[in-house]
Amino acid sequence: MAEIMYWEAIRRAHDEEMARDPLVIAMGEDIGVAGGTYKATKGLYDKYGPQRIIDTPISENSFTGLGIGASFLGVRPIIELMSVNFAWLAMDQIFNSAAKVRYMSGGQLTAPVVIRSPGGTAHQLGAQHSARMEKVFMGIAGLRVVTPSNPKQAYGLLKSAVRCNDPVFINEHELMYNMKGEVPDGEYFHPLEGSEVTRQGRDVTLFGYNISVHWSMQAAEILAKQHGIEAEVVDLYSLAPLDRAGIRESVSKTHRAVIVEEAEAPVGVGAEVMAIINEECFFELDAAPVRVSAKMVPTPFNHTLEKASIPNAKDVVAAVLKMISGK
Amino acid sequence: MNAADKKRVLREMLFARRFEERCYEAYVERKIGGFLHLYPGQEACAIGVMEAARPGHDYVITGYRDHIHAIKCGTDPKAVMAELFARETGCSKGRGGSMHIFDVEHRFMGGYALVGGPFPLAVGMAKAIQMKGGDEISICFLGDAANNQGTFHESLNMAAVWNLPVLFICENNLYGIGTATHRSTAVTDQYKRACSYGITSNQTDGQDIDQVYAAAKVAVDFVRSGQGPYFLELMTYRYRGHSMSDSGAYRTKDEVEEWGKRDPIIILRDRLIAAGEITLEDYQAMDKEIFAAIENEIIPYAENSPEPKVEELEKYVLAENDPYVKGGVR
Repeated sequence: MAEIMYWEAIRRAHDEEMARDPLVIAMGEDIGVAGGTYKATKGLYDKYGPQRIIDTPISENSFTGLGIGASFLGVRPIIELMSVNFAWLAMDQIFNSAAKVRYMSGGQLTAPVVIRSPGGTAHQLGAQHSARMEKVFMGIAGLRVVTPSNPKQAYGLLKSAVRCNDPVFINEHELMYNMKGEVPDGEYFHPLEGSEVTRQGRDVTLFGYNISVHWSMQAAEILAKQHGIEAEVVDLYSLAPLDRAGIRESVSKTHRAVIVEEAEAPVGVGAEVMAIINEECFFELDAAPVRVSAKMVPTPFNHTLEKASIPNAKDVVAAVLKMISGK
Repeated sequence: MNAADKKRVLREMLFARRFEERCYEAYVERKIGGFLHLYPGQEACAIGVMEAARPGHDYVITGYRDHIHAIKCGTDPKAVMAELFARETGCSKGRGGSMHIFDVEHRFMGGYALVGGPFPLAVGMAKAIQMKGGDEISICFLGDAANNQGTFHESLNMAAVWNLPVLFICENNLYGIGTATHRSTAVTDQYKRACSYGITSNQTDGQDIDQVYAAAKVAVDFVRSGQGPYFLELMTYRYRGHSMSDSGAYRTKDEVEEWGKRDPIIILRDRLIAAGEITLEDYQAMDKEIFAAIENEIIPYAENSPEPKVEELEKYVLAENDPYVKGGVR
């Protein structure tokens, strides 16, 4: 099992799927000649040519719609939106065309597109390049939403998303493209539904996804070493649908839940996980679940303010200690 | 079109007129719900263009005024009426409705209800055709008001940059819902706007099917021969309001009457009578046959079809048992 970077894992999935099926294409801004802002398609323009590695004009809604239209006829487009902030411009085609066409055609037409995009606060990119949008996508019937927290997931989720017959939105992260991790040497298809227990624990469950899995893991180490608290970490790599059984199972074991999300709390992943806990295993709880979330501010430019606007491992530790001490 | 073709398209246009008028009645009787956008006045557009193209072979996509486009592509009118009646036997299984007629078997790729939404989908289908190397073309029918959406500009640009086999048909009926084109649009000749993207374009009379056919033939041949996209503007008029909830009060009686004198069905009928191909009696007999077919076959089929089952409410949201949801098959 080789250790590769997150971007290399995404690139490898592109390469394998494009080599296998001539109808798999990739499209997006600067992904071809320039090799991609995050190198996800590096070198593939030379290998597959301009018909299949397509540098699009800066027309997010219509090039997304173009990919959806091509998918009606069997093409399998992997569409890169350079920043999830730009996905707002493509919401019409994602929401009104890709997610609804199977239903409103009575099952005749499907839009098996993959839309990849990085969200998240990175390094002083300002309010219009730092948003988290997963909460918007996960409430859309007909759309799958996954979010890889490591290179293995980045590779395996993209492989499965390309082959799945549903439209899949893959929420990546600006800060994670250079993260290293082990990826199977052979072909690997990650399930598009479910969750993963990243760390076993007995005292509290920390639910994270994407980058907040890493904050949760750091917090769990601190809690174990400094406070003797064994936290379980659950990676919610599938945001739509959320893994009800996995959430129930972990809370039934630890009886406490903290949801860690980089996004703002309202109408978000944490709110949804809390609702699921209420519905599935309310009487298992020893404490009221809490969310560790971003502040309700447009992301500031100033570095100190920027860092203060989103949670970190310390915030998670503090939330757990407060919950367990009851103070 | 030879004389036999012309007689057939006369019948198709008359059928389209009577079909839509019957939809109007069914709506008033509350047998059809939701929004209903009708086609009377514009029949020569869809029927003339598709006569020049290859229905069932070329991929067609349009907006919400879509019943006749589907029927011309080969969709059974009974399945369209059943869809309007929201039945399981409808072409979209009662899940789509008037604005979302689909018939993939006949390559009618759907009616969409976001104005301008089909532009990029049509260009995407053309991209797929280009990749697969087929001789089909992608045909996108929309109204003049759709050209004020960003998707018009973005999509025409991409179609031109990549030389894609897509034919844009603009049915210019002079109004975007209730707003006259000149009140919303700086350049009211829509074909001129396609020139911004270096796309070959033309404008013709949309009420005379012979002219529609001739212009569409040139356009279809151009696109099919690999010369890239083409934009054809057809000047037309819808007799009724935008939808059933629109009385059309923003138009003068004189204007409506003037356009009524250029009715596409009457123009072709009188031309065929003058040429000695049919008599007025032939036409009246044809009308009676159409009326009987609608009343005796199409309406009863829709009315007597079952509604979708509530137990199947969530069917068609996602693929069923897709193996990759669980991590694939080995």
